[in-house]
Amino acid sequence: MKSKFHPDKNGYFGQFGGAFIPELLHPNVKELADNYVQIIESEEFQTEYKSLLKEYVGRPTPLYLAQRLSDKHGAHIYLKREDLCHTGAHKINNTVGQILIAKKLGKTKIIAETGAGQHGVATATVCALMGLECTVFMGEKDIVRQAPNVTRMKMLGAKVIPATSGSKTLKDATNEAIRYWIQHPETFYLIGSVVGPAPHPDMVARLQAIISEEMKWQLKEKTGKENPDTIIACVGGGSNAAGAFYHYLDDEDVELIAVEAAGLGVHSGESAATSQLGQVGIIHGSKTILMQDKYGQIVEPYSISAGLDYPGVGPLHAFLYETGRAKFMSATDQEALDAAFELTKIEGIIPALETAHALAVLDKITFRKDQVVVINLSGRGDKDLEIYTKYLEA
Amino acid sequence: MNSIQELFQKKDKSLLSIYFTCGYPELGDTTKVIAGLEESGVDFIEVGLPYSDPLADGPTIQESSQKALENGINLDIIFEQLKTIKGTNKTPLVAMGYLNQLLKYGEDKFCEACVACGIDTVILPDLPMVEYENHYQQLFEKYGITNVFLITPHTSEERIRKIDTYSKAFIYVVASASITGAKGEISNSQIEYFERIKKMDLQSKLVIGFGISDKATFDTACEYSNGAIVGSAFIKHIGTNGVSKIAEFIKPIIS
Repeated sequence: MKSKFHPDKNGYFGQFGGAFIPELLHPNVKELADNYVQIIESEEFQTEYKSLLKEYVGRPTPLYLAQRLSDKHGAHIYLKREDLCHTGAHKINNTVGQILIAKKLGKTKIIAETGAGQHGVATATVCALMGLECTVFMGEKDIVRQAPNVTRMKMLGAKVIPATSGSKTLKDATNEAIRYWIQHPETFYLIGSVVGPAPHPDMVARLQAIISEEMKWQLKEKTGKENPDTIIACVGGGSNAAGAFYHYLDDEDVELIAVEAAGLGVHSGESAATSQLGQVGIIHGSKTILMQDKYGQIVEPYSISAGLDYPGVGPLHAFLYETGRAKFMSATDQEALDAAFELTKIEGIIPALETAHALAVLDKITFRKDQVVVINLSGRGDKDLEIYTKYLEA
Repeated sequence: MNSIQELFQKKDKSLLSIYFTCGYPELGDTTKVIAGLEESGVDFIEVGLPYSDPLADGPTIQESSQKALENGINLDIIFEQLKTIKGTNKTPLVAMGYLNQLLKYGEDKFCEACVACGIDTVILPDLPMVEYENHYQQLFEKYGITNVFLITPHTSEERIRKIDTYSKAFIYVVASASITGAKGEISNSQIEYFERIKKMDLQSKLVIGFGISDKATFDTACEYSNGAIVGSAFIKHIGTNGVSKIAEFIKPIIS
């Protein structure tokens, strides 16, 4: 069925999307655009992808009724446990899929960008699995604040190249990855979120859609209904949210809540709440909502979480925001930290800092007692222990 | 007629174009650089509009853009600076920036400002052909502005033919699979590519850029084209020597 939330032939979701790329990348992007749907929908791909997700990634991930969290907030709160995926986050759903697409297209060299390092680790992992050469671009600042993931990538055989331009975070790592791609068009750019030139946003959303595909049958088993009342997910670029929302986009009875990082406060000047602070613009080859000044210079975002400090959002999310299909909320650094500790104390689950932003809005919503809420628990918090340690000591 | 077309009518061999970053090394250097380039005998000038995230540019132009932005440059200041030399400057100017600058500044406002400064040619490396056809062609035509398309070693013949029909000023032949920045020499595979383009017998003038840094690379490029563009090497020169010694860089190339 054709959904209004699927992109048109030029990769647009409403006014957002497209492929604003230098001519040099045209052949690469066209090759992918011409082939990705056919590859993803082929029986061969589906068999291999689903088999790897089951045997290697550990899917399906549990949909866990968090009873104590539910009691506290007065609703039925389920956690979609993407943190239990191999490598510790939802990111690997996408990398397993894209590596199969890369192989199908005969590509042997893989490049990727990473913010918190989760996508870099997930990419290095599938490259190790498939025996492909892997280069990961990571902001110099993120290399410091997510050191354990840098070690993981190196153990997995990836080359980690520091991005030293601009804010030295995810935006700049993505710039460097794109520049490298321009200079080495034979490489496959395994992008980590629902961002970048078309068809990347749609391709990544389709590969993350396994999250909501499983939610449907898991909810049916547990509640008798496929649809929850509310789905909550954090949004940086927006891949875990895209996956958690995907099969519910046309079901208007399901409330979708996207949570952005407010940093020190939405209007503090130190924030990454793109939908609140951004306007229409072009970043990384895609027309979307982005944080910029009056001259179109991209503003450097801030969040305590390296996976959310991105100045744009994927074009699908910009469209969900513009049409009102998703509600956009935000959580500050402090609210996210508090939420991470709360979940750890009452459910015994240490979430990633990114995910903690999604949890943080529970305090801001008044629920009905019978409301069924799914929070996409996108990743685990091992990588954030240094920040959590500081919080404990403070 | 477009100012670059006029230029090619007077001279169509070994044209030298220089790219520079507005507001670099100092905020007020924009017009000084243009004057220095004109005095040195440069044929046309690419006016670089500094951008925070210049995807098609290498480290030298990135750094100069960053510095210029730190100096406080912005499109309003640039257009003001350029207006002061309209009339005195006789060397055609081509604006080079990124599409987001134009979007945010206002597409019509941007075009009006270009025209007011005597600029009728733009290069936007991240403007794809499909967007040009769907929207920008009409916008630019309204203001008499010509868009320059880039082709690369990977651009198909079919696409080059199409670009040829859209090009009124020239086709920007990107010398290699590359972002901007000098490599030092021109390889055999690049020459094969230049020859392939030359043999296509296009109606458009050809200007080669990316990796052209000195007399040797300039002369080689000009054997296969109507001219060539030097960018990063010039930025490095003024970064080191300031804007008073521009002729020292230009003269050896065109001698």
